[in-house]
Amino acid sequence: MLAIKTEGLTYTYSVGTPFEKTAVDHIDLEIEQGEFVGVIGHTGSGKSTLIQHFNGLLKPTSGRVLIHDTDLWAKDTDRRAFRFKVGLVFQYPEYQLFEETVYKDIAFGPVNMGLSAEQVDQQVREAAAFVGLREEILQKSPFELSGGQKRRVAIAGVLAMNPDILILDEPTAGLDPKGREKVLGEIKAYHKKRGNTVLLVSHSMEDIARYAHKVLVLNRAGVMMYDDTAAVFSRAEEIWKGGLSVPQVTRIFSLLREQGFPVNESVYTMDFAVQEILRLLGKEASHA
Amino acid sequence: MGKEIIEAQNVVFGYPLEGGRKSPVLRDVSLSVAEGSFVAVLGHNGSGKSTFAKHFNGILTPDSGTVTVCGINAAQEDRLYDIRRQAGMVFQNPDNQIVATIVEEDVAFGPENLGLPPEEIRRRVDKALTAVGMAEYMHHAPHQLSGGQKQRVAIAGVIAMTPRCIILDEPTAMLDPQGRREVMEAIKKLNQEQGITIILITHYMEEAAQADRVVVMNDGRILLDGTPREVFSHVQELKDVGLDVPQATELCWRLRQEGCNLPEGILTEEECAQALAQLLEVGPHACH
Amino acid sequence: MLRDITIGQYFPKDSLLHRLDPRVKIVLTLCYIIMLFAASNPIGLIIGIVFLAVAYGVSGIPAAMILKSLKPVTPVIIFTAALNMFFIAGDPIWSFWKIQITVQGLWTAVVMSIRILCLIAGTSLLTYTTSPIALTDGIEQLLDPLKRFHLPVHELAMMMTIALRFIPTLIEETDKIIAAQKARGADMESGGLIQRAKALIPILIPLFVSAFRRADELALAMECRCYRGGEGRTRMRRLKIQGQDIICCIITGFCIAAVIAVNLMAPHLIPM
Repeated sequence: MLAIKTEGLTYTYSVGTPFEKTAVDHIDLEIEQGEFVGVIGHTGSGKSTLIQHFNGLLKPTSGRVLIHDTDLWAKDTDRRAFRFKVGLVFQYPEYQLFEETVYKDIAFGPVNMGLSAEQVDQQVREAAAFVGLREEILQKSPFELSGGQKRRVAIAGVLAMNPDILILDEPTAGLDPKGREKVLGEIKAYHKKRGNTVLLVSHSMEDIARYAHKVLVLNRAGVMMYDDTAAVFSRAEEIWKGGLSVPQVTRIFSLLREQGFPVNESVYTMDFAVQEILRLLGKEASHA
Repeated sequence: MGKEIIEAQNVVFGYPLEGGRKSPVLRDVSLSVAEGSFVAVLGHNGSGKSTFAKHFNGILTPDSGTVTVCGINAAQEDRLYDIRRQAGMVFQNPDNQIVATIVEEDVAFGPENLGLPPEEIRRRVDKALTAVGMAEYMHHAPHQLSGGQKQRVAIAGVIAMTPRCIILDEPTAMLDPQGRREVMEAIKKLNQEQGITIILITHYMEEAAQADRVVVMNDGRILLDGTPREVFSHVQELKDVGLDVPQATELCWRLRQEGCNLPEGILTEEECAQALAQLLEVGPHACH
Repeated sequence: MLRDITIGQYFPKDSLLHRLDPRVKIVLTLCYIIMLFAASNPIGLIIGIVFLAVAYGVSGIPAAMILKSLKPVTPVIIFTAALNMFFIAGDPIWSFWKIQITVQGLWTAVVMSIRILCLIAGTSLLTYTTSPIALTDGIEQLLDPLKRFHLPVHELAMMMTIALRFIPTLIEETDKIIAAQKARGADMESGGLIQRAKALIPILIPLFVSAFRRADELALAMECRCYRGGEGRTRMRRLKIQGQDIICCIITGFCIAAVIAVNLMAPHLIPM
């Protein structure tokens, strides 16, 4: 069963007005369960619009969206139930916190799901642990926390719903390198433990390179590529021309290839880069 | 040799906590900035870099030590107006700096506060918007602009006051890569063409790499201070405090650790590719 | 969503009315309202209607916009008309049981309705042809003399400007907050009144917190640009009365004079 499938998905804003704009144009997509997919595209490529279709927040202007083989907009579909199955974390999610305590805010989703108090408690505590929030923080007011902590609370609020599909829109926006690594590491660990499907929308090719199995490249309201990470990065020149940035190592190796060196086509992580150079020099790395 | 436009000496500062105690943020920091230079202050969140920057135009005053801006002691409350005329500040959130409903009116805000005659204000507004490349958006409303465009309008609003120095507190943290590029280009142009001193607070090392001088802060102290090449060659030290170095620099550093003979001070992709090409030409004897 | 529509129904065009000084427009609108209510016979009213029709014609605002502005007022008009029709004493035209419609009642209803319609259409014309910022500038400069009575004119104008500036931004933010809470299962459509009110809390609290934060940051940014209040501030754009403004004032003056003249000459042409 596919996690997400779209058929000719199209979304147009402000239909019939002079401001009409097609944000998503006839997209056909098939995402398998359990995948960790990186979604990249520059601003205006339709990323944010696309993902809001997956939990039924937006209705397609035309085309279909199927989650676990159910058409979200079929007559009898309970779309609200799908909001809990497909958890969506927006950009700068810390701005949506509102409850008196961190615990209550994280519990907002599970409570809306109608779970028993014990289950809510269990799911809240699990989610808090996933994002590295200590016990004491649960009873504090979210407004007392630092920006980074608030973001974790917001992410935990979505994790607490135990969604089958987790979509995160730029979860590292505005964070410093240390913060970025922490958050992405936690998401990766979550994916590994739960085995659910994760979509990570990002501008940073470096982040996607390190964590995603597959990459969906969006360009101008359409799909430019959807493939395994290595395959996508081997076509780095195309991505570069599409206006997106590629990791420095990918560019460096691209330059080497231009000069005729037989380097591997899909180098996109630091470790691989080091290995590859050493391989060409006939050496093994002394440590990975 | 340029005059020192900002002189901070032995600045100690802490945020007030309950019970009269203070949470130490700056622990004896000293810095001199020469007029006309482009200085980047690099550090992760919590290093004290933003707090330090807020001393440069009198938003904060040191608990001990002095900060002198354009010859004026920044602790003098009655001289704040004079200080801020010469040292402008651009903040992180593009939206929360724009006051007026139309771009040109917002850029005029500063000069209007200075009580300048209308014709002079008009001249300055046109000049400032042209300098940041936003002249054609003169009559736009702020909400119609992208993040990068809004930040450029904010910068124009500051340079319309013809300051000698501009302090930018993480101006690109909330922008996408395109916006970051636009802002960095605008800043560099102002520094190179008009000789305005630029102090850029950032956690992005690609941005710091474009400055004349990089000051690395950690835990309320200055850790490193030098040209980008000098600073980024301390790869291990930077990693220890949770900062990144450009991948080009790191790749060469890692290979050097494997025993390869590569020069220090590599910053850009081109330099790295060139150095690697030479290394590969030499072959297996290049490493030991 | 609402990003591309300016608040206050401003309809950009390049007509004479759009180019008039906003202060003049505000004052003339007030004069127009006085004209409407001063007219005590139908000819005076007709002058008012013609005046409005000409103004709309000159402005280039499409007729559809007039109807749009009148739509919300329709219940009020029907209610007022009914009140007047049925409950004013006089010579009955039609009666059923205890309810009767009198001649006076009918005319009063008609006159009232026309007055209200013209009033709404007239003030709408003001906002259609004057951008919110121009209106703010106009009001600020009109009220300026009141500064000597310690009225905080500059501060009021600054508040209005900032409000206008942030309305689209806050609307966007509200949309985002609503989407984020819906994504966690917030349900704002179902339930009784109290339940729906409660469902607004996850929207309002983040919105207010955000608004306060923005205000804080904005205030700091303004101070860093040497803002010290209204003292010593100049303005880049000064409103200037031009020939066309004077001509419009004269025309309006004539119309008012005509209405008063007609009042005096033929006070009771039709029982009103």
